[in-house]
Amino acid sequence: MTPEEQNFMRKINAEEKIEPKDWMPDAYRKNVIRQMSQHAHSEVIGMQPEGNWITRTPSLRRKVVLLSKVQDEAGHGLYLYSACETLGISRAEMIEALQKGTAKYASIFNYPTLTWGDVGAIGWLVDGAAIVNQVSLQRTSYGPYARGMIRICKEESFHQRQGYEALLVLAQGSPEQKQMAQDSLNRFYWPALMMFGPHDSESAHSAKSMEWKIKRETNDDLRQKFIDQTVPQIEFLGLEHPDSAIKWNEERGHYDHGDIDWEEFYSVINGNGHCNRQRIEHHVAAHEEGSWVRDAITAYNNKKNANKIKNVA
Amino acid sequence: MSDIKAATLEYTTRLGDDSVVLGHRISEWVSYGPFLEEDIAYGNVALDYIGRARMFYTYAAELANDGRTEDDFAYMRNDREYRNLLLLEMPRGDFAYSQVRQLLADVYYTLLLPELVQSKDATLSAIAAKSIKETKYHLRRSRDWVLRLGDGTEESHKRTQKAVDQLWGYTHEMFDMDETEQMLADNGIGVDVSKLHDAWRQMVSDILTEATLTVPEDSWAVRGGRTGYHTENLGHMLTEMQFVHRSHPGCKW
Repeated sequence: MTPEEQNFMRKINAEEKIEPKDWMPDAYRKNVIRQMSQHAHSEVIGMQPEGNWITRTPSLRRKVVLLSKVQDEAGHGLYLYSACETLGISRAEMIEALQKGTAKYASIFNYPTLTWGDVGAIGWLVDGAAIVNQVSLQRTSYGPYARGMIRICKEESFHQRQGYEALLVLAQGSPEQKQMAQDSLNRFYWPALMMFGPHDSESAHSAKSMEWKIKRETNDDLRQKFIDQTVPQIEFLGLEHPDSAIKWNEERGHYDHGDIDWEEFYSVINGNGHCNRQRIEHHVAAHEEGSWVRDAITAYNNKKNANKIKNVA
Repeated sequence: MSDIKAATLEYTTRLGDDSVVLGHRISEWVSYGPFLEEDIAYGNVALDYIGRARMFYTYAAELANDGRTEDDFAYMRNDREYRNLLLLEMPRGDFAYSQVRQLLADVYYTLLLPELVQSKDATLSAIAAKSIKETKYHLRRSRDWVLRLGDGTEESHKRTQKAVDQLWGYTHEMFDMDETEQMLADNGIGVDVSKLHDAWRQMVSDILTEATLTVPEDSWAVRGGRTGYHTENLGHMLTEMQFVHRSHPGCKW
């Protein structure tokens, strides 16, 4: 090990944060960029399935809550892109990677939001799963990422509560509303479990990420946490658990659960979900439609700067 | 209900309709902006307007005192019952179209709200006072955008001029008074918007001119928002906005 590598590993082992100007192995840099940009893209693409309901919220209060939530997600995206830029990659490069498909985003957003209940289910289950992961990432070794997570987790907790509360109202409402809640739970439960990624034994990046403390807990451990916390929440709603095999295991101190459909997981990851193409096309279309606006800003600023120089001269 | 109270209910409903319709149109931009910062900004402005709508409708419900709530006003009236200004219901269009509409509306509210703060009706005055701060920020943003788009590239200039030309005819009715509003203005409750027209035209013209845009001739004017004679756009907007609420009558959300 070079002295630089030694110093880097000393910091990692001592739980000191790695900061933008610190020396870091290239592979570490790439790994953090991959994870942070994927996180940022998830926030941004996640605006679409929820945005799908902004114009159809069933009350004005829900409209305000949903608008605020989606706006928060955009803010998280912005924050994460900026944090990621400290590693020497530009937002434009990251967006290009997203649009070309070389960078990923959370696969959950390739599932369609078909009813109002889905907005509640996303807040409760998807943000809920994200929080389990992100709470763990508050201790991640890259300083800007860790600090970003602390801030983002606070807002995500609100999101989860608003989603759960929206579903609670449905679950206690008319038979049709209750059915809507059950249907949303059924469709989003399993994809939410898949958000933690493949089994540890199958996870390509896990070992190195754990060693470098980019990841702090394994996929399966985090998933188990989420499964455990969700059981009483489903009971409180009075809905049926989508996993008929769910059963408390006294010995393990955890719930046993049914098998996840990994074939579906890989199929969606590989681009064959309901909305994979739609999500990227939407992003590309908005980006391209915005190009004349971005050009206008550049042209305007150039004119103003030229005038300033002329005036000084 | 006294004449004044009935007129105040009508007036408050109009202001609520204006806010919900524009707020809805702006909210259509979320995830469609030219870059992420604009998605956030649009979300902010939409939130301000929906917030305003809720305050106006809540007050309208209080005045009506017939068991209706803010959501009954927003979700249970059809387009012939809506009383919003036509300008605000026009589709979101391209980025230039939305920013020009926003500028025309922002200048309007910049002039209207300080007058409404003077209202003898304490609730209307309080809503106006809260909204003034938001509108100050809205105008700064829409003005900056119109300057940049008007004086940006050839394409942005063309799109922005087109938007101004397409929207201008819908601005005249913003300054119309009818019996209801005249009675409220005479009683120190409502604003005499006819008195705002000159100042509005001056402010808007100054900004358009600075943006190298041409101020259109007043050759055409479309009217009808305040009597429920809308463009075809509002019906589609309300269909989308109201369908979940109306599909489940009497439910809580």
